[in-house]
Amino acid sequence: MFEITEKKKLAHLVYQFKIKAPSIAKKREAGQFVILRMNEHGERIPLTIADSDNEAGTITVIVQEVGRSTMLLSGLDAGDTILDVVGPLGMPTHIENFGRAVCVGGGIGTAVTFPIGAALKEAGNEVISIIGSRTKELLILEEEMRSVSDELLVTTDDGSYGHHGFVTDVLKNLLDDKKKPVDIVIAVGPVPMMRAVAEVTRPYKVKTLASLNPIMVDGTGMCGACRVTIAGEVKFVCVDGPEFDAHDTDFDELIMRNRSYFKEEKTATEEYAYHQGQGGCCDEKKTDA
Amino acid sequence: MIDPKEIRERMKIPKQPMGEQEPMERIKNFYEVPHGYTEEQAIEEARRCIQCKNPLCVDGCPVGIDIPYFIRLIEEGKFIEAARKLKETNGLPAVCGRVCPQEDQCERVCIIGKKGEPVAIGRLEKFAADYEREHGEVTIPNIPKWTGKKVAVVGGGPAGLTAAGDLVKMGHRVTVFEALHTPGGVLMYGIPEFRLPKKIVESEVDYLRKMGVDIQCNSVVGKLDTIDELLSEDYDAVFVGSGAGLPYFMNIPGENLVGVYSANEFLTRVNLMKAFQFPEYDTPVLKGKRVAVIGGGNTAMDAARTALRLCPEEVSIIYRRSREELPAREEEIHHGEEEGLVFRLLHNPIKFTGNDDGRLTAIECVKMELGEPDDSGRRRPIVIEGSEFTLDCDVAILSIGNGANPLIQQTSPDIKTNKWGNITIDQDTGRTSKKGVFAGGDIVRGGSTVILAMGDARRAANSIDEYLKTGQW
Repeated sequence: MFEITEKKKLAHLVYQFKIKAPSIAKKREAGQFVILRMNEHGERIPLTIADSDNEAGTITVIVQEVGRSTMLLSGLDAGDTILDVVGPLGMPTHIENFGRAVCVGGGIGTAVTFPIGAALKEAGNEVISIIGSRTKELLILEEEMRSVSDELLVTTDDGSYGHHGFVTDVLKNLLDDKKKPVDIVIAVGPVPMMRAVAEVTRPYKVKTLASLNPIMVDGTGMCGACRVTIAGEVKFVCVDGPEFDAHDTDFDELIMRNRSYFKEEKTATEEYAYHQGQGGCCDEKKTDA
Repeated sequence: MIDPKEIRERMKIPKQPMGEQEPMERIKNFYEVPHGYTEEQAIEEARRCIQCKNPLCVDGCPVGIDIPYFIRLIEEGKFIEAARKLKETNGLPAVCGRVCPQEDQCERVCIIGKKGEPVAIGRLEKFAADYEREHGEVTIPNIPKWTGKKVAVVGGGPAGLTAAGDLVKMGHRVTVFEALHTPGGVLMYGIPEFRLPKKIVESEVDYLRKMGVDIQCNSVVGKLDTIDELLSEDYDAVFVGSGAGLPYFMNIPGENLVGVYSANEFLTRVNLMKAFQFPEYDTPVLKGKRVAVIGGGNTAMDAARTALRLCPEEVSIIYRRSREELPAREEEIHHGEEEGLVFRLLHNPIKFTGNDDGRLTAIECVKMELGEPDDSGRRRPIVIEGSEFTLDCDVAILSIGNGANPLIQQTSPDIKTNKWGNITIDQDTGRTSKKGVFAGGDIVRGGSTVILAMGDARRAANSIDEYLKTGQW
């Protein structure tokens, strides 16, 4: 059992949790993830580690309510427990002093951009961060990102805050600045955003990495659920990734595979919502009886 | 010793049939297929054993169970004693009685089998172990005083659990590090409920815990502590039984379409995550209407028979050689045939095709014929020119083997591996190239059986014990 020590609402449907997991906190590096299972009936869901506190023995994850499992997690509070947390999984981000690094975070992807930006800054890079969301209320980690960036640029699709438009518009402006060439771009966010970033940087031939978020089961290479095509070759995100060269990544395939259980997820979510509406889930009813 | 007249009498006793669920009934559920022997049947079957003075069956057993002895105990009605006798050499008898390929091991060399059917050793093993468990008679053996040594076991599957059980009985302290949320390895995620009920695995694991084995789930060695850290911090030796790792794919077009699974993923979703009970359990699986399983081994049969129980219209096996070469156990093939599994033998997929949503709709196949024997001694399958055809199908499950998992080797490069990435060991001792580190099971063998993994673990446990006592490498 893993105890939640702190819960914070970051935006509409977006929550930050600190979870007691000392051995993971001690070992984790930027870019790595954990797999959570909420209870005996739960599925295994991967979540990137946004931060850790070695002294407190906690890791930080940020979750957006999108389906049954994330709803379950979002419903928990400090003091509640999660049945299983395993990690740190995946390869850490390759960090070195690249020079001028641009971190692009879209929506909840900023949760992943933050530790990477922090590590890049630590390694001596000039870090420019671009974070974006649909609207101001959905923007997360603005202050945290500012603290690890030499320059922070914010965009909202509806213009309610920062630059009116997409992260890619701002990114293109940076790339066009011939006096200050960009050495590396790291993009984390919804798959269409990462695909768009890859297309923007491709003509400039700037090395671009994306952190991929496929469906996973075991997370240790055993099942192959998370396979993606990188430069025509099949890779497992859980052991080979999660970061890959965005110019080589088949994002369309990833979008397609992420929709594998579209119908089943809808059933599960509706079921969950229904039972919530009944004033408790079936397990609780059993306990009451 | 039994006199010759009695032997002749015994040889007249027919092999006791095993009752099982009717095929059309059992494909609607996940309950175990065979019912198991009754006490009377077990005693009668035990009487078929002629108690050879030099029993070949014992040599045929990878862990060297004293087979005639435990069978005699069953014959005498001493079922609990029989189970304890089994447990002296086999920590997981209820598992092995179900999943061992006895027909290639103990039963293959049984002298009774020369003239008729061999003694049903596997069924008797299952009977004794089940009897003990169901009658609440499981007792924990005496554990010797702690030797002061600690052993880390990487992986809680058949190899790791066997090593742990043996080592703890030798007086060492043992911690098993399991990556998944539950111990058991392939016994939990791979082998289906209808062949090996999970409550049996749980009770075998519980037995080890009661003996003092410490099992840490959610612990990925290499990602948390590395083997070097384990050796320098707390442990005197390490046994690596991390199992078969990465599933192979065929590298043909369309392999990443939605609906194409590895057998590992399909089975893990259904067995470990209980997707057959979705949405009561949260993990889904695509059940499909027409399912094709590619491959002909035991895992392929498990996947196919699991798929059958999820109610599609047709489940078929696609295998590139003929029935004769199917690597699966005859019993599994037979059960599959009874359950309506379609065998597309001498067929091979060349391409997966899908719709606009990226979902699998068909497999393009070719027909094969057998040519000259290849390196494996089996006749090489050759494509018949112009034999291409399309098979409608919305779920395909690839069961063509596993490569080595890279997690251990990535962080312990001083453990020598072969060209496939499997750890190389000294066959007799299970020693790897790294001091204090031993290995066994599928991480060494590539893809093999539960019992061979257990045999490896037993040998390794003995040499770990020796190493811990002498300190000599």
